[in-house]
Amino acid sequence: MSAHSDHSKSSSLTTYFAVWIALLGGTLLTYEAAKLDLGRYNAAVALIIATTKALLVALFFMHIKGASEKLLKLVVFSTLFMLAILMVLSMADYGTRLWS
Amino acid sequence: MAAHAPGHNPALLHHFATEDQQRDSASLGMWIFLATEVMFFGGLFCAYLIYRRAYFSDFAAASTSINAALGGTNTAVLICSSLTVVLAIWAAQTSRRGLMLFMLALTMLFGLAFLGIKGVEYNDKFVEHHVPGASFSFEHQPIPGHPDQYANPRHAEIFFALYFIMTGLHALHMVVGLGIFAWLFWAAWKGRFTPEYHTPLEIGGLYWHFVDIIWIYLFPLLYLIDRHQ
Repeated sequence: MSAHSDHSKSSSLTTYFAVWIALLGGTLLTYEAAKLDLGRYNAAVALIIATTKALLVALFFMHIKGASEKLLKLVVFSTLFMLAILMVLSMADYGTRLWS
Repeated sequence: MAAHAPGHNPALLHHFATEDQQRDSASLGMWIFLATEVMFFGGLFCAYLIYRRAYFSDFAAASTSINAALGGTNTAVLICSSLTVVLAIWAAQTSRRGLMLFMLALTMLFGLAFLGIKGVEYNDKFVEHHVPGASFSFEHQPIPGHPDQYANPRHAEIFFALYFIMTGLHALHMVVGLGIFAWLFWAAWKGRFTPEYHTPLEIGGLYWHFVDIIWIYLFPLLYLIDRHQ
């Protein structure tokens, strides 16, 4: 039979509140960072903060961290892989066109 | 598999061997649905990237016209709602019925607050004639950092079309989420959820968190283009 971890029952409230504070801090950080002139790096900073926040939500609130189901990890990785195909190949096309 | 022993969890359906298997199957199904949702929104994000690259300064001018403080407040509201969702599940796991009901109600309240703030924001855009269509107008709007240059209204209209489609689709997901949580609240009220069985709460929570993640990307991409001028 499948050997399951104790799932989320052991997740402490402390973790939830810490993630919540980090997410609120990240929101404030994005808002303030957008006001700085970082040249072409503004977009990169915004996306790095957004991805960090998304990871925090996925790992701790959606419990990917600690998930014992291997199929779940396969689904998550294939989703990201498919999204990467969509984004990278599309941008490789539009980014190298002489017109537009 | 033998028939269920007397006293088995009534929530365990007969085609599952164990409660863990049942919960993992439900969770996996939800994750596969979320994978299709990622591709659904992914197409829009891709369209956004292509046009933002092509018409960056027009996008910046259009983005600056949106109220970023309202968008930031909405981000905080959604983050708080995600916290109340995990607290509701924690309450279910530890048999705190009152807390679970309170957190579910709070989640819906945050969801409604989000839609209300969104409504204020949309109203501004209608008043300013920034809604794509026959009455769209974005004449003589300076490009951030270049006060002597005006944004091309046709290109700004593409930004606003993407803005309304992406935030509108997200808001539609919020409405569906509110429906799901209204049902969860009703089921929790009826005493359906126990520390052993509260899978619907976890599945509904996955959906709610996913909608939160979409907003975490929408906020900087739509509201915060070139704000430093």
